Amino acid sequence: MNTFAKARSKWVGVALIAIALIALPFALASVGTAWVRIANFAILYTFLALGLNIVVGFAGLLDLGYIAFYAVGAYAYALLASPHFGLHLPFWVILPIGGLVACVFGVLLGTPTLKLRGDYLAIVTLGFGEIVRIFLNNLSRPINITNGPQGISRIDPFRFGSFNFSRSETIFGLTFSGPIKYYYILLALLLLAILVNLRLQHSRIGRAWEAIREDEIAARAMGINTTHIKLLAFAMGASFGGIAGGMFAAIQEFISPESFVLVESVMVLSMVVLGGMGNVWGVVLGAVLLSFVPELLRYTVAPVQHALFGRTIIEPEVIRMLLFGLALVLMMLYRPAGLLPSAVRKRELARTNGSAE
Amino acid sequence: MDIFLQQIINGLTLGSVYAIVALGYTMVYGIIQLINFAHGELVMLGAMVAFTVIGALAGTALPPVLIVIAGVVAAVPVCMLVGYTMERIAYRPLRNAPRLAPLITAIGISIILQHLALLIWGRSPLAFPQIIPLVSYTIGGAIITGVQIAIIAISLLMMGGLTLIVYHTKLGIAMRATSQNPQVAGLMGIDIDRIISFTFIVGAALAAVAGVMVGTYYGIAHYTMGSLLGMKAFSAAVLGGIGNLAGAMLGGILLGIVEALGAGYIGSLTNNVFGSNYQDVFAFLVLIGVLVFRPSGLLGERVGDRA
Repeated sequence: MNTFAKARSKWVGVALIAIALIALPFALASVGTAWVRIANFAILYTFLALGLNIVVGFAGLLDLGYIAFYAVGAYAYALLASPHFGLHLPFWVILPIGGLVACVFGVLLGTPTLKLRGDYLAIVTLGFGEIVRIFLNNLSRPINITNGPQGISRIDPFRFGSFNFSRSETIFGLTFSGPIKYYYILLALLLLAILVNLRLQHSRIGRAWEAIREDEIAARAMGINTTHIKLLAFAMGASFGGIAGGMFAAIQEFISPESFVLVESVMVLSMVVLGGMGNVWGVVLGAVLLSFVPELLRYTVAPVQHALFGRTIIEPEVIRMLLFGLALVLMMLYRPAGLLPSAVRKRELARTNGSAE
Repeated sequence: MDIFLQQIINGLTLGSVYAIVALGYTMVYGIIQLINFAHGELVMLGAMVAFTVIGALAGTALPPVLIVIAGVVAAVPVCMLVGYTMERIAYRPLRNAPRLAPLITAIGISIILQHLALLIWGRSPLAFPQIIPLVSYTIGGAIITGVQIAIIAISLLMMGGLTLIVYHTKLGIAMRATSQNPQVAGLMGIDIDRIISFTFIVGAALAAVAGVMVGTYYGIAHYTMGSLLGMKAFSAAVLGGIGNLAGAMLGGILLGIVEALGAGYIGSLTNNVFGSNYQDVFAFLVLIGVLVFRPSGLLGERVGDRA
């Protein structure tokens, strides 16, 4: 009886959340279309953070060049669906291609480095992120592939036949603007990603990742092929990044190397760390918080400073970055398992003496 | 031929700066196995502080050399203090935590330092005032400037000084003991906390001087200058064998030369498909190459396989 009531209240909760998520874009649109866009980016970042969570949270590998995979996916989409090469493939073909290309890059990068100590990986991925950005900036000569710092514009939006996601449309008397339509498809893709993450976590592979994260030598002794399993985490995380990149290119309809700087990698990492490494819901919470709080800052910090001092002393952008940095440091010091810690992670990080070696 | 010699000289100059920064990485890594991502920001901080002082004194009648020395004298204690503070606040509490924790903290510290610098000095780069007269000498068709000679000489002096400290003083013995086995070193009566703080302070002082040197060489200092330089210096440390002092020096100089030669010749080697704008890629190619073929580095003895 009791468990039955519990199950019922759980379903009521899920239904309420679903209704809230469906109604959200219209509520936001009444404040301003900009906020729907912000919500879309929050979804995009959540998607990215979930991908990074596979690498950092599940497998315990620090990837600091994660945004490079995002960039690869975005450029794959842009090159296959823009006037730049005159190609216009449909998005449901390109998104998987972007994921695949990013996955290949992940394997290429992971193969030499994953055999080594985890902290080498951090710096190599950091370097890899920079290399990708340098190439994107310079591959406009002798053959113009990336169009250099100008980036690629007029990228195709998502389209099903004549149903174009960038145009607004009225269905049953409700006006669906471009961002609102994107909101629903992004939300659908995000739910899929959450599902994949949850299933992965409790699969055989997920348990192997956990074992490696806890103690690599013991995991190897148990018969886990640590290099392959780590590579798998890396490749899967990379494909998530690639798919997210494709979505980004489609929403923005313009991309340039500017969007794929180190700071973005750090931001996604902050989301994973803040929410709780290895806990899917924690990561979602972290990503949503860190997507919205800076936007709120943008709207409050400058006016407040103007009211107090008559001018902007500290730019919101700087405050945003300081917040990210502080979040990383303070979370590690005082709540290393994140806001919503995963049970295992909590146990592991609470140990005062252990895997220091 | 003169291009070759010229690039060697340029490479040697930048390489000695990399070597000095790499020493900071390698000492910290050797002693607590942490990649101190924020080390590059110390270099930036050193350059910024020094440039502020140098800029303020530039109008006075003091001789240029004294002005630059004043800049260094101001920058070194600031960096030492920041280096000590970050170890004390952010790394010490995490010494026994899983490895991922201090790495993430280090990234956070690096972001914080960079944006504090942005708050203090703003977005536009600080320029080095034109106080040092341009002196240059010609050797076999290549030109070497007075600044380059000074950078190489000071770097060599600092490397020598550090080697003296580490191998010929009691403090150095304690450092080496701590890096070999902190527990046993502690049992032998070494105050490990003090030694680790000392390591950070020495590394920070070296970084400050390196910052002044690289800033003087390029003529500007900017709040983002630390991250790329830091990554390159870390690559240099890995190239030489991380944790190994001589390795860091060798790796730094080699990396500088590879980079300079690469930038000088990539255009003609690839028929101008790639230009010198790819210069920054070389350090990472070297890093990945070393990790694939010789993960212990050129002079390193330990093959790393710790998770």
